[in-house]
Amino acid sequence: MSAENLVEISSLDFAYEDRPILDGISLQIPRGKVVAIMGGSGCGKTTLLRLIGGQLKPSRGEIRVDGQSVPQLDDEELYALRRRMGMLFQFGALFTDISVYDNVAYQMREHTDLPEELIRDMVLMKLNAVGLRGAHGLMPAELSGGMARRVALARAIALDPMLIMYDEPFAGLDPISLGIIGQLIRRLNDALGATTIMVTHDIQESLLIVDYIYFMSDGKVIALGTPDEIRASRHPFVHQFVHAEADGPVPFHYPAAPLAQELLARHAHGG
Amino acid sequence: MADDARPENRIVAALGHIGHRVVDGLLRLGFATRFFLMLLLQSGQSFRRLHLTIREIYFSGFQSLLIILVSGLFIGMVLGMQGYETLQRYGSAEALGVLVALSLVRELGPVVAALLFASRAGSSITAEIGLMKATEQLTAMDMMAVNPIARVVAPRFWGGVISMPLLAALFSAAGILGGYLIGVVFIGVDEGAFWSQMQASVDFRYDIWSGIVKSFVFGIAVSLIAVFEGYDALPTAEGVSASIKGTVVKSALAILALDFVLTSFMFREA
Repeated sequence: MSAENLVEISSLDFAYEDRPILDGISLQIPRGKVVAIMGGSGCGKTTLLRLIGGQLKPSRGEIRVDGQSVPQLDDEELYALRRRMGMLFQFGALFTDISVYDNVAYQMREHTDLPEELIRDMVLMKLNAVGLRGAHGLMPAELSGGMARRVALARAIALDPMLIMYDEPFAGLDPISLGIIGQLIRRLNDALGATTIMVTHDIQESLLIVDYIYFMSDGKVIALGTPDEIRASRHPFVHQFVHAEADGPVPFHYPAAPLAQELLARHAHGG
Repeated sequence: MADDARPENRIVAALGHIGHRVVDGLLRLGFATRFFLMLLLQSGQSFRRLHLTIREIYFSGFQSLLIILVSGLFIGMVLGMQGYETLQRYGSAEALGVLVALSLVRELGPVVAALLFASRAGSSITAEIGLMKATEQLTAMDMMAVNPIARVVAPRFWGGVISMPLLAALFSAAGILGGYLIGVVFIGVDEGAFWSQMQASVDFRYDIWSGIVKSFVFGIAVSLIAVFEGYDALPTAEGVSASIKGTVVKSALAILALDFVLTSFMFREA
């Protein structure tokens, strides 16, 4: 493994029981970079994040994070590794029974013996970084979707992780919140000297902030490159995706019998 | 479609269905056993960081106090009326205190308090854990290197186990007070006889201790069912609602079945 890559995945297979999800995925995430993994819904992107975080075990293949083979770690080693990872879940997954402040302080209190005054300063700094220092007393239910996402981001970076993973950070946000989150992802990565993996299908926003993009479809990597290379790509799937065309290699229709046949069949039943 | 209608195929389908249910049930039982062992292994934190467990005792135990005390009082009052009605026919109304105390301490206290606890606290524990799972809070915790079984499940389990005997004792106490109110204050049974016969006939090791053991066992059963149903809930609205129903139904059945088993062991010689 080269020291330049924080995450290296090689010929990775994964299946839920007998339904294959990932099929021979290989990719490298260089240190310090923001990398997007893109693809349509249900192509296995989120599964890939869970595999990197060690929440799922692959059927075959290798996943290395900072030189350690994730599937082979025991519980203690895995938890030690996860302390250096931050993850932002699709809908934030904030703890709803405690305040914004306590959410951000959660890991500091669980994993360190720092005095409460120091934790207070750190929490306020993290919240300041996402622009929500003033909201520290609110409960998660009082936040808008965009604010909740930013609090979850502050919580994900609470212990200055080396690797930050985002699961659909843009899903369901208005254009302003979307821009804010995009800028935060880039700025926080550079300020913390971290590495970022972002799973998303929001191509336009991603092209503005990422260093590198992997395209996935049907459990395989089908295209990769810098944002400029992706914009110029002639690959039919990438073209359909970048230009948001309704039909192309990804069909508009879920597989089904021809419409005429199905309508006639119903008539036959009725008669 | 024609195949389904044939009787032999229907029988095969029905047998297959039963087989599936049995296998599913066994798998779930195995999973529940593994879950219980894991819970015990991960319980260290619940006692090292005692405030986690105390918080749960407050939520499931202290907040159930009102319903427990009020129900106990009413059950005691009913016992007072019914007991007096029967006893006075045989001219032994003074034994009312014994009747009320023994019924409560041996049976009604542990059983009814556990049933109330399952529907008041057990269901809310299941709902809370199930919704935490559905909103990915448990996964998020796991990704933060915090074990959700140690941090969320075990304190709720131990909070329930510790609360249950205390609630059952308070239930019995409130019931005895209710019996006293009806029997002595309203009906006029002799106060001295009421208390002294109760003191003479209720044995600590035989009656009170067996009630404590029962409520402790019920506490383990109800708390385990509640946390397991929540942890095992399907992460959807229907899944969580089915789990809450499961907690109430399974707890009630478990309490009554365990009560039968425990009673037959405890009072064999009597």
